[in-house]
Amino acid sequence: MTDTPALEITDLRKTYGNGTQALKGVSLTVQQGDFFALLGPNGAGKSTLIGILSSLVNASGGSARIFGVDIHAQRSQAMHLIGLVPQEINFNQFEKPFDICVNVAGFYGIPRAEAVRRAEKYLRELRLWDKAFHASRMLSGGMKRRLMIARAMMNEPKLLILDEPTAGVDIEIRRSMWQFVTGINAAGTTVILTTHYLEEAEQLCRNIAIIDHGRIVENTGMKRLLAKLDVETFVLDTSPLPHKLPKVEGIALCRRDDNTLEAEMARGHDLNSLFAMLGENGITVTSMRNKANRLEELFVRLVEKNDDGQEKAA
Amino acid sequence: MSTPFANNMIALQTIVRREVMRIVRIWSQTLIPPAITATLYFIIFGTVIGSHLHKVHGFAYMTYIVPGLVMMSVINNSYGNITSSFFGAKFQRFVEEMLVSPMPSWVILSGYIIGAMARGLTLGVIVMLISLLFTNLHIEHPLITITTAMLTSMVFALAGFVNAVFARKFDDIAIIPNFVLTPLIYLGGVFYSIDQLGEPWHTISLANPILYMVNAFRYGMLGVSDIQIGVAYAVMVFFAVALSGFGLFLLHRGIGMRS
Repeated sequence: MTDTPALEITDLRKTYGNGTQALKGVSLTVQQGDFFALLGPNGAGKSTLIGILSSLVNASGGSARIFGVDIHAQRSQAMHLIGLVPQEINFNQFEKPFDICVNVAGFYGIPRAEAVRRAEKYLRELRLWDKAFHASRMLSGGMKRRLMIARAMMNEPKLLILDEPTAGVDIEIRRSMWQFVTGINAAGTTVILTTHYLEEAEQLCRNIAIIDHGRIVENTGMKRLLAKLDVETFVLDTSPLPHKLPKVEGIALCRRDDNTLEAEMARGHDLNSLFAMLGENGITVTSMRNKANRLEELFVRLVEKNDDGQEKAA
Repeated sequence: MSTPFANNMIALQTIVRREVMRIVRIWSQTLIPPAITATLYFIIFGTVIGSHLHKVHGFAYMTYIVPGLVMMSVINNSYGNITSSFFGAKFQRFVEEMLVSPMPSWVILSGYIIGAMARGLTLGVIVMLISLLFTNLHIEHPLITITTAMLTSMVFALAGFVNAVFARKFDDIAIIPNFVLTPLIYLGGVFYSIDQLGEPWHTISLANPILYMVNAFRYGMLGVSDIQIGVAYAVMVFFAVALSGFGLFLLHRGIGMRS
């Protein structure tokens, strides 16, 4: 069964009652052990797709198999394999985190003693144990998101789906969440992530699909996708810039402020000419970095290209 | 390795435990107000007004209304428990915890029904105990008393579940109890025998399913009824089966829960 994909979606379609076509025949394969990014603008169909996989949305057509198990024909078996961290907070705010986790384990048929052990394990790993017996409505936003990850781990899923889990979460908590998720991915759990923080996807994910207007517009490896980016932008911290910027062949310079310069050039372009020209004009470069972030640039291009196609088709 | 049946039993126990813990956690809303309401009914209708009324079917008015008041409490609390609990789960969206789990629909429905019955029947026992402060009771047919209470509780728990599934806002779970359930209870022979009614009201009353439940329960407790006991059981079983089927259909299709 090692060759069986973690997720295999074929021609998945969804048309809502009001006629909105949220998915227009999505096909996608995620291999076992992958850390997979599913990106797309708001309303692209990401949440609908995740909703169908977790059985919260009824598909209008197509099929989806999780580790070879059909989510419609063998729903119960398929749901044992999935853990879902939804976009919106959806636990009982009047219950305690410990009870929330233990109860969810019960829904999966996990005996209470084992459920208690797992609840303690995952609440500790997500740094929530000291809040385990407090009312969950009193938790901060970041804690609530971590609680939903702990809850999703109660059935120890083979496929964990995270739908924008870090929205509105501060950097420190976000990092600790990613530390946990990369840990379980390294231990063998396949992870599918949707996020609006594209640098997150760039750093964490090995493969990526971009969905827009209910269609997959790109599905490839992260490195291969980033290699498509033919333009790079560098940000340079400099000594005070002169009123008129020098001209360098093949490089577009743009002043961000009196001490910051942006240089856009073709990928692999020689940087020596840039430094030589800046030096000749008395400009000293104190530091330099790649403008964040490459994936964002590609994402915008792909989505804009698809938008143009949609308009022409319309 | 655990079987699907064993898994389902654990899931069922989990829902029932959660429901019972909810009832206990908010006891000041779930247990005390219905007991106070029932006590006021006994004082006002039984003692103050009832002392001026003739006997009904050979029983003092206070004694005659005890089964009706017990059933009123069972019906209201079975219905009210499941509407507030299941609609609350929808409103806070934690119903999704159950919908994304491997639990089959019958486990979810059974868990909520048992939870609602736990509250309805507990209140029934509490009201019956309170009635002992006002009158002496001797239960004529214990088995009929118990089965009628359980079937009635189940029917109204199921009806409450259907209400909660279709409800989109809190008003929607208040409309049916206020404008349908309460009139049907009051016109369902809780406070009088339909033999006291003239036509067409006697015949119209026969269309009220609560009449059959109250009378079956009264037969169980006092041994008197306006309705044939077999017909009353048929009505209760019919509603229990029909509403169970409808509840399962709603859950299976995800109506009001899935997109």
